Amino acid sequence: MSNISIEIKNLNKRYNNIEAVKNINFTINKGSIVGLLGPNGCGKTTTIGMMLGLIKPSSGTVFINGQNIEREKNRTKILEKMNFISPYVELPKKLTVEENLKVYGKMYGTKNLKDKISDLMKQLNLSEFKTRKTGELSSGQKNRVSLAKALINDPEILLLDEPTASLDPDVGDYIRTYLESFASKKGATILLASHNMNEVERLCNEVMMMKNGKIIDKGTCNDLIKKHGRKNLEETFLKIVRE
Amino acid sequence: MKFHRIYALSIRHLYLIKGSFPRILDLIYWPTIQIILWGFISRFFTMYSDYYNNTIGVILSCAILYDFLFRSSISFNMLFLEEIWSRNFTNLFVSPLKVSEIITALTSTALLRTLIGIIPAIILMNPLFGVSLLQMGPPLFLLFLSLYLFGTTLGLLVTSGLLRFGPAFENVAWSSLFILAPLGCVYYPLSILPEWLQIIAKGLPLVYLFEEARSILVNNVVNYNNIMTALALNLFYFAGAIVIFYLAFYGARKKGTLINMGE
Repeated sequence: MSNISIEIKNLNKRYNNIEAVKNINFTINKGSIVGLLGPNGCGKTTTIGMMLGLIKPSSGTVFINGQNIEREKNRTKILEKMNFISPYVELPKKLTVEENLKVYGKMYGTKNLKDKISDLMKQLNLSEFKTRKTGELSSGQKNRVSLAKALINDPEILLLDEPTASLDPDVGDYIRTYLESFASKKGATILLASHNMNEVERLCNEVMMMKNGKIIDKGTCNDLIKKHGRKNLEETFLKIVRE
Repeated sequence: MKFHRIYALSIRHLYLIKGSFPRILDLIYWPTIQIILWGFISRFFTMYSDYYNNTIGVILSCAILYDFLFRSSISFNMLFLEEIWSRNFTNLFVSPLKVSEIITALTSTALLRTLIGIIPAIILMNPLFGVSLLQMGPPLFLLFLSLYLFGTTLGLLVTSGLLRFGPAFENVAWSSLFILAPLGCVYYPLSILPEWLQIIAKGLPLVYLFEEARSILVNNVVNYNNIMTALALNLFYFAGAIVIFYLAFYGARKKGTLINMGE
């Protein structure tokens, strides 16, 4: 069996006259945590959207576990094994935490759902909010509920679009620690789009830098820092973006 | 199609209704007010017009049938708009839900939402105005089925617009039925319309349904040809609306609106 989890081949996305993604190619191995970095509007979210089948590529192919996500018969099977978090997407505010997790657990066909919800609530310190409406929670608590939703199907592939944006350092650190432990225990593949360079340095085995719709550099954090002669990833990012 | 996914989307909306008393009250309030208003208007016509033998029954029954149509369409739209308002839209489309499952879940949940509102109004008709819809007999079920199909068809067309053009299309969601109401001949016979409008109106199932409802109530005669014509037209439009919904979904994927749909 192939060790490749995600394979992107000659992927392009054009909106009218704007080329959002320009002929990108990369592969992500099973069990890796890969960072996708780049300035706002560089094409990160569009790339993630194409990987989730939310956006139709203008050309090129996204293979998830060797299957083309654009094929309708593959789409459902692929999405059963993936999940996604973004600060721009929320869970229904009027539903309680438990109701939201039940809805998504049923949607993903999770086995032993009651136990799964109970485990996730314990692990993410959500048990005391079980019967609270999601809209009544603080942003850190909501973020943990979104993470619980993203883990309800034990995803093999997790796509995270700025998962700790606008969170205080304590909650941010909690989420990062949880993700580290989840990835190592389950062997999940994680693609992390983030503007938090410390987070990327801590979590990612490899980093891809995007600019103007293209992947302009990739490697381990240390390799990129050395290659560009900078002290840390943040300075490396600034150099690449400003060049 | 998988039942567990259809069930999941349905319970998401049932939790929403169950968790909010004002929401349940809102569902019941408008149909009840409609019935009371049209009940008194009908009573006035009974006293001052001899056009119908049974004015109160005819106008009030047509009012409740029209409200059922209106509620089914609005319910379908509301379920979809709830996802946009709560910014949950993207979560649904990154889940394994299929488009056919979304349509099935929204269609069945919209029926339940409609019935919650309309059943109390139907029950109130008898004690308040001495009118019972059940006097229409078995054809009543076929009329309701046809109206429900047409309401869902309009819901599908409006939600296709929401998918394709985003939340800006929301205003059309509220006004969609008002555009067709004059052509539906809900409270007056088809012959009232100018001839050129009659031709357009005959292309809609509503005319056959409301003409038939009046015929049953006034003449006590059931013409199944009218009911079947309406049902056939409804099935045709419903199939067309499903195709348009799929096209809107693929259009939204091409345009990239599924990933950032929200207020």
